[in-house]
This record gives sequence, C-alpha cells and structure tokens, in this order.
Amino acid sequence: MQSLQKLTSRFVPLRIENVDTDQIIPARFLKATTKTGFGKNLFRDWRYENDDETKPKADFVLNQPQYGGEILVAAKNFGCGSSREHAAWSIQDYGFKVVVSSFFADIFKNNALNNGVLPVTVSDAFLQEIFAVGADDTLTVDLEAQTITINTTGSSEKFEINSYKKTCLLNGYDDIDYLLNMKAEIEAFEQTRK
Amino acid sequence: MGKTLFEKIWDQHVVKQIEDGPSVVYIDKHFIHEVTSPQAFSGIEKRGAKLFRPQQIVATADHNVPTMHQELPIKDALSKFQVDTLIDNCKKHGVELYGLGHQYQGIVHVIGPELGITQPGMTIVCGDSHTSTHGAFGSIAFGIGTSEVEMVFASQCIMQTKPKVMRINIDGELKNGVVSKDIILYIIAQISASGATGYFVEYAGSAIRALSMEARMTICNMSIEMGARGGMIAPDQTTFDYIKGRLFAPQGAEWDAKLSAWKELYTDADAKFDLEINIKAEDIDPMITYGTNPGMGLSVRGTLPTVESFKDATEKQNYEKALQYMGLKAGQSLLGMPVQHVFIGSCTNSRIEDFRLVASIIKGKQKDPNIKTLIVPGSQEVAKQIKAEGLDKIFADAGVEIRQAGCSACLGMNEDKIPAGEYCVSTSNRNFEGRQGAGARTLLASPLTAAAALLTGKITDIRDII
Repeated sequence: MQSLQKLTSRFVPLRIENVDTDQIIPARFLKATTKTGFGKNLFRDWRYENDDETKPKADFVLNQPQYGGEILVAAKNFGCGSSREHAAWSIQDYGFKVVVSSFFADIFKNNALNNGVLPVTVSDAFLQEIFAVGADDTLTVDLEAQTITINTTGSSEKFEINSYKKTCLLNGYDDIDYLLNMKAEIEAFEQTRK
Repeated sequence: MGKTLFEKIWDQHVVKQIEDGPSVVYIDKHFIHEVTSPQAFSGIEKRGAKLFRPQQIVATADHNVPTMHQELPIKDALSKFQVDTLIDNCKKHGVELYGLGHQYQGIVHVIGPELGITQPGMTIVCGDSHTSTHGAFGSIAFGIGTSEVEMVFASQCIMQTKPKVMRINIDGELKNGVVSKDIILYIIAQISASGATGYFVEYAGSAIRALSMEARMTICNMSIEMGARGGMIAPDQTTFDYIKGRLFAPQGAEWDAKLSAWKELYTDADAKFDLEINIKAEDIDPMITYGTNPGMGLSVRGTLPTVESFKDATEKQNYEKALQYMGLKAGQSLLGMPVQHVFIGSCTNSRIEDFRLVASIIKGKQKDPNIKTLIVPGSQEVAKQIKAEGLDKIFADAGVEIRQAGCSACLGMNEDKIPAGEYCVSTSNRNFEGRQGAGARTLLASPLTAAAALLTGKITDIRDII
C-alpha cells in the first residue's frame, strides 16, 4: 500500500451530496479482474455525453480546466451505496490521494483507507469555507498532525483517525500483513469456539 | 447492564481488540461472487499466501450473468472472462461454487438463506453491500470491499470498528396493500439515505414479529440504503421453522444444541441503544420513490416536496438535479403517471413469496400492452418452486415471461438494462442515477405496486385494484 504523510495540493470541488458509488464508477465498468485502469471511467456518466469520450460535459467539474490537484472535496454522504472497492480504485487511479467531505459512507471509508486514499471528515462549516476559496488556492493535509488547512486563509481544522489506521497509512502497512501475523491467535480462538 | 443482540454476537467473535484501532472480528461464513473477488484472489496469490478456511466460503455467479439462455456461453467477452475467472479461482483454491448451470445457483443473498447456510448468531460477510439481508436471521452480516475479502481469505477475520447500535421499533398492524418493502422504504424516507450511517440497526416490534422470514429479509436487505452497516432481527420461532430441514441446516443433536444457543439471541430488557426510533405500522402507505436515492420516497398517493421545503442551497440544488434526471416536477403527484418497464427481482424481492404476491394480483388478467417486463427469480430453487406451484402459468397467461436467476436489471451490469429516459417500477433496492442503465429512471416499490403497474401501465395504488 502507498504511504501518505503530508500533502499540499489544489483541489477539485464537487458540490454534490450523496455521491453514490454507481456515480463514482458505474457497474458496467466493473468487469475487470485487476485493480488498475479505473480512473478513466471515474464519474463516467457525469463526465461525458452519451458515454462518448469525445463529448465531455463542460459543466462537470473534472472537465473544467481551472480545477485540478490531488484532493477531491465533495458534499456530504460521499461514497454511499454499493461496497465496490472499484470506487476507491478509480479515485486513486485518477490521481486523487485525499477525499474531503463532511460525511462519508462507512464501506467507502474503509475501502479508501485500505488503498492508501485518506478520507478526511471536516465540519459542514469548514467544508463551506473550502468551497468558498478559488481554484488556485491549495489545501494542506497533514496526517501526522491530523490537520487540514486552507493555505490562503490560514483556516485549519483537526480531523479524526484512529492511531492504528494512522500508523498503517503513514508507513504504507496494510491490514492483511497484520492479520497474517495473527494466525496462531486466530487458530487458538477457533479452538475456544468448538 | 444487559447487552443488545448485536453486542452479544459481536462479543462472541472478537479475536482481539487493537488499542485505539479496530477489532479483529472472526467471520463464520464468507459469500463471494464474480465481481468483487478476482482482485482478492490475485492479491492473496501475490502474497504467496493460501486461503485460511476455504470450507467457510461459498461462491456463486449472479451479478454479471445473463438471465436468458444460461445454457449458452456468455456473449459479452469481459463478463465471460470474469465468470470464468471465478470458476478457475474456486477450483484452484478449493472453494465450493454454485455457478451457472448449478441447481443451487442464484443471487448470493437469496441462496444463502434458502440453502440453510445463513444461521442465527453467525458473522457473515460478502463483497456486496446487500449482505445485510442475512441479518434477518439474527446474524451480524455486512458488505465489505475487495481488500476486506482478501483479509477474510487470508485469516477468516476482518478489521472493523465497532459501530453504534440503533433500534427501530415498528408496532401495530400494517394496512391492507402494505408489505415489508413499504416498511423499509418508509423508514428510509423518514431518516434519509444517510440517517443510519455509523450504526448497526436492529428492527423490532410487533409488526416485525408478524413478518415471514422472506419479508424480514427484504427489510434487512435495504439497511445499507440508509447508510447502516447492517440490519438484524432477533431470531424467533418463525426463524427456526424456516431453517429447519434446509440443506445445510444442523440436524439431530446438533440442531438441538444450536437451537438452545439461538434462543439466547435477543436484546436484553435493560440493554441500551445509541438511538431508538419508534414507528407506527398504521402510518405506512404503499410507498414509491421519486428521486435518485432511496431516501427520496413517499406514499404512492403523496406529492413531491416543494423546492422551498429544503433548507440550504446545496440541498435545493441536489433536489433540482434529481428532479431533472427523473423528468419530474416539484409538488406533482405520481399517481396515474405512465411507466414503460416493470422489474420484479433482485436480492430485495425475488423470493417465492414475492412471486406468489405478484401472481395473486395478475391472476386471470393481462399485462398492459405498453409495459415491458423483466421478471427474474432470485435463484434456480425459486424458479423451480414457481413451476411447482404453477405460478409460471399465471405469468404466461398474463403475457409475462419469467427469466432465469441473477441480479438482472438491479445494477445495469449484465444484459438486462432499462433504456435512457424511460421509467421502471422496480422491486430492487437502488434508484441512483444510471443504476439500471445510463439515463434509466427507477421508481422503487413493492412487488404489489410493481404488479399493479404491470396491469395498468401506470403508477397505481394497489388498493384501488384489490
């Protein structure tokens, strides 16, 4: 897994609530058997007219050249719906390392963390502050300090993450390595349940 | 202090609590399917690891399969490759597969219960958010991502942060024409598509107790649609009667031992919930959704909210976006609106009782000539039972074809899709933009409301025709 410590970047503002995983990556693109290449289909039906890559929808934020960067900022309840990890893979493959929202769906949050994409939950007020600044402004996400800062205004907020997941992300460790090392404990647990 | 049903089962399965981190939770049963498992198999192979407990995994092919001519090779090359990959992986790693052509094949959340694999007190996961269905048996069942599928492959355990617990009590008697799908659509409309995020929900109350197992599954199935990690119902005599005698149900002395353990699975009288909601069954009408998330639902006789009723600018903007996608107007009524499609199927409503309900409405009648249908049993077993009960004849006489088992038009992945701009009254679980195909307009409802639309070609209050 990719590690993540501190990131300063411009951001893409997605002012849409309840962004579900069918919007992030429609089901017809889930036929792959690998984890790569999903970025080109991220928000596919919001990005293109009639599924035609030569006809980008000008009003969708990913098609607006003034916006860019490695941080996606979305309105509340981001990632609701299906458990497809393809949603996290497509966000990562597109080039985002951090997603900011005032509220994340549970499964998406786990899927993002398991792929080294950091979900940062901020207050509604702070989310509005981010949406209010310009396309050239940058955000700094500092995982060690657990802070997110709007660099032009200096406004900053703390975010929550448990210390286990934080350590994993800072170092690029994944849960499976941890669990593989617990084999003896798990076998002993199984014996107690027989 | 007493424990909730959730806490009793959770506590029995915690192998280890990581300090300021998640719990390591032991998983009893792991269901897999073709879409969310291939990357987990390749991940485990890349690590040089083996599946830890392959005998606790059951596989089926459901999402990406055709629902006609399943005896022929799958036409779409990518779909075929994905289903073939599942076959190869299961063979290589010693996992039981009920694939296409197998008598037990079907939607993963239909076959688990009908084969008696799903049992009270279990922890159950699957790379599919509707795994919450299995909670109807008093198990902790929830959907997981592919990295988590790989975790369970590697260790039969998963890392999870303990969720908060919520109880939703539904008491009283349901009105005529109201079924379990209406209960859950009503609940989600009340608390919104994110109202239960961070919670595990227990459904309780006299209206829940009165429901059959299949009706309970419909309710638990849609827990995720309000953001809940899962939903569950304490097992009772209805549960035990359903399980007894099924293929993988315990037998003889083992049955007696299990049964006495299952009888301990209830929320203690003095247990505390983080949140409790009370609903009167009498308040629930036949429901239908009008928007692009399952929380946007109302009584079939209701009118859409006004734009002004939404507080902030983003909410207003989102509502208008949904109305535009759906081709609807604020303040309008849906009753009498023509629709083009009816889909009866999905892990929410594709069980034998759903087909019995629909058959009871359409018996001796003809489908509306303008309606196109996708009528899809949840499993081969359900399809067999439809024939055994002669329901297939009722459908055929009404001019309706019954297809073969699979997820079908629930998710716009396989061949079954709804064309852009057209309306579909659907018994499935999601009305997201493009869910049933790019541009498709989904109206979620019960099998009864779907049957009514099938006969009239319009959104109809089932109570007007029964």
